[in-house]
Amino acid sequence: MAEDVAKTNERMAVEIIGMHKWYGEFHVLKNINLEVKPGERIVVCGPSGSGKSTMIRCINRLEEHQRGKIIVDGIELTNDIKNIDQIRREVGMCFQHFNLFPHLTVLENCCLAPIWVRKMPRKEAEEVAMKYLERVKIPDQATKYPGQLSGGQQQRVAIARSLCMNPRIMLFDEPTSALDPEMIKEVLDVMVELAESGMTMLCVTHEMGFAKTVADSVIFMDGGEIIESNKPEEFFNNPQHERTQLFLSQILQH
Amino acid sequence: MAVIQHTPHEDLPPPVSQTGIIGWLRQNLFSNWLNSLLTLLAIFILWKTVVPLVEWAFIKADWIGTSRDDCDSGGACWVFVSVRFKQFMYGLYPEAEQWRINFMAILFVLLMIPMFIKSFPWKKWLGMFILFGFPIVGFYLLSGGAFGLEHVETSLWGGLTLTLVLSAVGIVAALPLGILLALGRRSEMPIVRALSVAFIELWRGVPLITVLFMASVMLPLFLPEGTQFDKLLRALIGIVMFQSAYMAEVVRGGLQAIPKGQYEAAEALGLSYWKSMGLIILPQALKLVIPGIVNTFIALFKDTTLVLIIGLFDLLAMIQSATQDTKWLGFSIEGYVFAAVTFWIFCFGMSRYSQALERKLHTGH
Repeated sequence: MAEDVAKTNERMAVEIIGMHKWYGEFHVLKNINLEVKPGERIVVCGPSGSGKSTMIRCINRLEEHQRGKIIVDGIELTNDIKNIDQIRREVGMCFQHFNLFPHLTVLENCCLAPIWVRKMPRKEAEEVAMKYLERVKIPDQATKYPGQLSGGQQQRVAIARSLCMNPRIMLFDEPTSALDPEMIKEVLDVMVELAESGMTMLCVTHEMGFAKTVADSVIFMDGGEIIESNKPEEFFNNPQHERTQLFLSQILQH
Repeated sequence: MAVIQHTPHEDLPPPVSQTGIIGWLRQNLFSNWLNSLLTLLAIFILWKTVVPLVEWAFIKADWIGTSRDDCDSGGACWVFVSVRFKQFMYGLYPEAEQWRINFMAILFVLLMIPMFIKSFPWKKWLGMFILFGFPIVGFYLLSGGAFGLEHVETSLWGGLTLTLVLSAVGIVAALPLGILLALGRRSEMPIVRALSVAFIELWRGVPLITVLFMASVMLPLFLPEGTQFDKLLRALIGIVMFQSAYMAEVVRGGLQAIPKGQYEAAEALGLSYWKSMGLIILPQALKLVIPGIVNTFIALFKDTTLVLIIGLFDLLAMIQSATQDTKWLGFSIEGYVFAAVTFWIFCFGMSRYSQALERKLHTGH
């Protein structure tokens, strides 16, 4: 019994073991091993084409891996559609281009999945949605359509939409890369607040300031491999790997 | 350092030559000698064509009467149309039962009115009833044989009634079938995809006339002897199959225009295939292809006239047979003009409705 309790306490939020992926002949992800503890915040960085987006997209099966294991919250990702659905319910995701549903209002965007996937009554779903829209500081935009909002507002709605499903893990795929410089901060503020509330987060981003303030560990990827993984202070001040040093010198120059 | 205040430049009126009727005429019709010449030429052509047409159709036309002797003023003889009007509307439907068609038309209009009222709360249910319940009510009203209504053979249905029955059933059935075929064609399941492609390419590759001939002449040969299979029903199935193939390709165009991110966002939220299609992808895709869908509807509406070659008497066939009546020889122009105007009214109505729908569904993206 005691062992069982210890085991559940130690259960990883995400566990990736020896994962490989190919696009046709092209070997995009090579022997990925990663453990994310509940509540841990991980920032993934690396040059474009290094496989960082592909890696986090494997976690909720937007991409299929061909070898190795991915275990999310104790459930292994297989072709079993039941497992995939169960994992997607626990894992929220924000995209570079927001991917809000343009034909629905902000509130409807947020309510849709709770109503249709969680079978929540509409009224309750709307209350939950308003709660999260307040948390991302745009309750006043609830009746507008995504096309009427700025990029930063849209990304905050996208975050609220994911949170409405009450996920245990949040994936961010370059959430600020498509934003104007003025809007990056408002999105990062929401993400920092989310991190402080104890959410397990995996975040692909080039915002090094964000990595320094909230990340528990920073992962550097190149050529489909995890090159280096370390605590942020260590990672930025004392990078071990030559490739990491080069990358950091490139992006921190300005 | 002093701060320089900026005073905005005041608005000035535009030059006189740019405004008013004269400005408009000068800008659009007489901007140079070539345009002036073309304007005058256009006015001359309009004068030579429109004036005689109006004169023929309205000013010199005969409207009232009972026989061709009442047409003596040299213009259009609309008496021909008014005498035959009931046949054009109801075909050979027994006169004593024609109230059933009128009743059905009135019922339909009454049901549709609330659909256009913004604040009507039960739109969803009423819409469902119009789509699924009304066809059943309509069938019993037209065909009879139950509820004390006398049975009327489908071979007696005709005129505008038949045209509307054919196109309404065609539209209501072809759209959902077309959507399913479009989804099937984009499916990841190889057998579903292959069947959809085969169905679409087969029906799209055959002229509608051939389909109708097959349905009316060939099909009975393949069926076991003695099987009675209504001719109208056979034609309807042919039309629905044919149009759903076209509809499928229109809808597929819309599906392909939806960004991949929409599919991914729906998946990431845990929506199943049918929910993400029904709630996210199709509402957007169908909205995009409203012009194409209505285009197909209009084509379908006009294509129903082809049923005359298998001996069904739709509006055009009724008019054509009326022009061959020895008492009314020589008035086919009036008949065809009437057919053209009637078809135009329905097609233009569909077109306007679709434009209003597009504006209503526009959400600013």
